Amino acid sequence: MNLTQRQSRIPLYAAVLLVCVMSPLAAEAHLNSTGMGPIYDGLMHFLMSPEDLVPVLALALLSGLRGATYGRRTLLVLPAAWLFGGLIGLAAAASNGNAIVSAVWFLLLGGLLAADAKLSLRVTTALAALLGLYHGYLNGAGLGLNFSSAAVLLGLIFAVFVLIALAAAFVVRLQAAWARIAVRVAGSWIFASGLLLMGWAVRGVRGLKAL
Amino acid sequence: MNTTRHNPLVRAMALAVFVFLCAQTAFAHPQKGEAVGFLTGFRHPISGLDHVLAMVAVGLWGAQLGAPAVWLLPVAFPMVMAFGGMLGLIGVPLPGIEYGIAASAILLGAAVMFEARPPLAIAAVVVAIFAIFHGHAHGTELPPGQSGLLYSMGFVIATGCLHGVGISIGTVHRWGWGQKALRLAGAVVAMGGMFFMWKAFAI
Repeated sequence: MNLTQRQSRIPLYAAVLLVCVMSPLAAEAHLNSTGMGPIYDGLMHFLMSPEDLVPVLALALLSGLRGATYGRRTLLVLPAAWLFGGLIGLAAAASNGNAIVSAVWFLLLGGLLAADAKLSLRVTTALAALLGLYHGYLNGAGLGLNFSSAAVLLGLIFAVFVLIALAAAFVVRLQAAWARIAVRVAGSWIFASGLLLMGWAVRGVRGLKAL
Repeated sequence: MNTTRHNPLVRAMALAVFVFLCAQTAFAHPQKGEAVGFLTGFRHPISGLDHVLAMVAVGLWGAQLGAPAVWLLPVAFPMVMAFGGMLGLIGVPLPGIEYGIAASAILLGAAVMFEARPPLAIAAVVVAIFAIFHGHAHGTELPPGQSGLLYSMGFVIATGCLHGVGISIGTVHRWGWGQKALRLAGAVVAMGGMFFMWKAFAI
């Protein structure tokens, strides 16, 4: 088959692929129909919750800017603290997140990232522990004690671990000045979002969804 | 031969068809206002020409000034703009917002047109003052039922992207013709600002 014949079949392949792509699939709104279960549920909860995800991302980027040692420390401490806080929260009464506290996390971590703050390893560790305990507790309290809670929590922590690993490792490798500045710009956006979130919280508009 | 010549076009068309017709996952149970909150916030800055002109002008001016202004101004602007938004949200009034926004386009456009090179601190203060007006005017218009957090994130990211557009356009500053083109762009921004100022007075 020569080149022209092969290329002339591209529209045919395109049509076949189009039919495949457009074939209707059953909507899978509930995880019991996917069989993927509570671990996947916890993972997706974290990825779809910006009030959880953004502070973790900010801390991962901040650790990455400081170097591999900081990144590794955050990678160990934050998921562990999240798990610990989550287990405490599982036994606690239901609790919703406080928008003002979330805004403070945005402001603190976004501000530190934008300023490229030269934090010590101890302070970074403390920040990771506090963030993990607070958000883990909220997640655990929201879940409550039931059959699948622990699995949901594990999925959540797995997502936290992967996000830190990817984001921190990505930033550690950045050498170009403009690339590191781009990371700091992301910090300024997080800080700015935190300021607006603080405004919404003070005003009393729903800024956080119930965990 | 004819097929070969048109092959890239066929490929591009096929790709476009897949992208546009690809079935999306149904979001059966989003949190109330979750999905649209981000999009509403993202669309807000780019739907107002006065905002767009000023944001792009900040990027253009930063590109003209070079480092460190090229990154300092776009970092400072969203933060101070959000501060202005927060003032609006907690009910602190700011008089003459429309005039301030129009003035921002006029002065930032003029700065680009004349390639003004003030000390970095002064440039940052000028940009910050105008940012408060933009934040106060645009950061508080959350439609009912939408997530304030996602709206805010969309709003800030869109503003940052507009700065990025300005900085990207401003990279032509390295060439002689590019410097002239930037000055011309600054004049266009300033004229746009004058139009909005006239509109503000007319209302």
